[in-house]
Amino acid sequence: MLSYFIKRLGLAAAIVSVAMFLLFCMIYLIPGDPASVALGPRATEEMRAALREKMGLNQPVLVQFWNFYIGAWTGDLGDEVLSGRPVTTVVFEQLPYTLALIVGGITWSVALGIPLGCWAAVSRGSWADRVVGILSVAVIAVPSFVIAIYALLIFAVELRWLPAIGAGEPGNLGDQLTHLILPSLAVGLGWVGYIARMVRASMLEVLEASHIRTARAFGLPDRTITYRYALSIAILPTVTLLGVGIGQMLSSAVFAEIVFARPGVGKLVYDAILTRNFPIVTGTVLITTVLFVLLNLLADLIIGALDPRVRSSF
Amino acid sequence: MSEAVSNPAPGRMAELWRPIRKILREPLGALGLFLVLFVIFGAVFADLLTGWDPVKINPRDRFQGPSSQHLMGTDQLGRDLFARVLHGGRIALFVALVSTAVSLGIGIILGLIAGYGPRWLDNLMILLFDAMKSFPTVMLALALVTLMGPSLTAVMVVVVLVTVPGYARIIRTQTIALKTSEYVTAAQSMGASSARILRVHILPNVIGPLVILASMDIPVVIGIEAGMSFLGLGVRPPTPSWGSILNDGFTNIRDTAWIAIAGGVPIIITTLGFTFLGETLRDVFDPRLKGR
Repeated sequence: MLSYFIKRLGLAAAIVSVAMFLLFCMIYLIPGDPASVALGPRATEEMRAALREKMGLNQPVLVQFWNFYIGAWTGDLGDEVLSGRPVTTVVFEQLPYTLALIVGGITWSVALGIPLGCWAAVSRGSWADRVVGILSVAVIAVPSFVIAIYALLIFAVELRWLPAIGAGEPGNLGDQLTHLILPSLAVGLGWVGYIARMVRASMLEVLEASHIRTARAFGLPDRTITYRYALSIAILPTVTLLGVGIGQMLSSAVFAEIVFARPGVGKLVYDAILTRNFPIVTGTVLITTVLFVLLNLLADLIIGALDPRVRSSF
Repeated sequence: MSEAVSNPAPGRMAELWRPIRKILREPLGALGLFLVLFVIFGAVFADLLTGWDPVKINPRDRFQGPSSQHLMGTDQLGRDLFARVLHGGRIALFVALVSTAVSLGIGIILGLIAGYGPRWLDNLMILLFDAMKSFPTVMLALALVTLMGPSLTAVMVVVVLVTVPGYARIIRTQTIALKTSEYVTAAQSMGASSARILRVHILPNVIGPLVILASMDIPVVIGIEAGMSFLGLGVRPPTPSWGSILNDGFTNIRDTAWIAIAGGVPIIITTLGFTFLGETLRDVFDPRLKGR
């Protein structure tokens, strides 16, 4: 287990390093340098030169990359252009809101996806199975921002059941949770489909296993067999799926934050683009990428701990 | 075998018709094909289907509901939504077609190199693909647009960056599986160059699953274009895109729901259509890809 852990950690570090390199190349290769982008078209040449000097953009490329790389690993992603606050601080202030949204999305997708998947597997081949199948494909296909807008339109604007904007009153947990329902539905609905399909497929496999047959032979009730014995095994692949899913939910969260006017990293980057606050944009991209790689790592380690076959095949 | 794949003889309409019949036999596939053709028809014949100009502003007619005059109503500037939706379809299909083609081209080349090349290069490229995959899509899009400025090109660059790793990986896996097969070894021993082996012997055999995967990615691509246009990072106004219509609908959501409906429904129809079609294609022609 330890050698698997170390190898997997090394791979994650390598992926993050390459991602940093790609991000740096992108900044460097694309026409328009961050200093002019930040200052806007009306800036004088002296102002640009001064900001370039301050941001270290007049140094040789390799030195720039080295500073960027070392800085990133030590948590220094530079300072914001306008206020001069460290980018890391600004992003970490907003991150909890986004994570709450993603956790809400996972809650929706698990709470709806697992029962639907089980139901489809148990009633395999029936109309219920087909309906769940089609619904799963449908919610996966439709982009999350369309779901966000229509959720807003139906439940907040027309029916007025739930609040439309903001994250709720600080300190009032109930209010914050009510504000979380619609945006997290928009983030999680697509994943209901993925999870239902995954649970159905692995459930069908598990239901064929010999220990399930034995349990049947002993006359245990169907409910106990499905939810206690079969589901506890069939749920494993879902863990890996969620590891990947969180990265995509992060993308959906950006839209949900903008549509429902919630604070969070998505709103932060979006506003940063409008004010041309470039260090915030790269900093957020980097932090969310690291977060995504770490969550995938975590999912792999959990699976590795639960299933020895994964460890040996690595 | 490879010759037959690359040069279909003329006059074999029956051969072409057979896969379509297979798709039509599946209810979901038939529905998918119908929706896709419906959307393509609307985009191609946009100018014949409506007399309205999609960018003509007419403030006196703003915020109208659907009527015989304006089939889908009008937006906050009084522009005809039906015309905007049809012309928006052109943008969506154009982006989907062009960027998927570019992405397939790059993915095939990179995948063949990774699969057929030396081991170290393969490892390096896999690492590169994994790193590219680890950027959250929207974040990557936002970062790129900050530098490049909003444009259709930026949208297509994002699509290519997001989809290439997947195509390259599948080509790589298949190439590795084929490169030790007997007929490839035979070709090598007869002195065929690597380029010839890749082009004539490997490519025709690995391209099938890729086409299916690409067709399943089209809804994703359409989602990226609409999403970026929704955020104001895609096509520039007043050019209509489903995403920008949806954004107009969002901004004016308290005045009227019709704009949001006009922007969102085509996105739903198109993504569902392509997804149903892609799933059926996969199930009918390559069940091995199931579960991806």
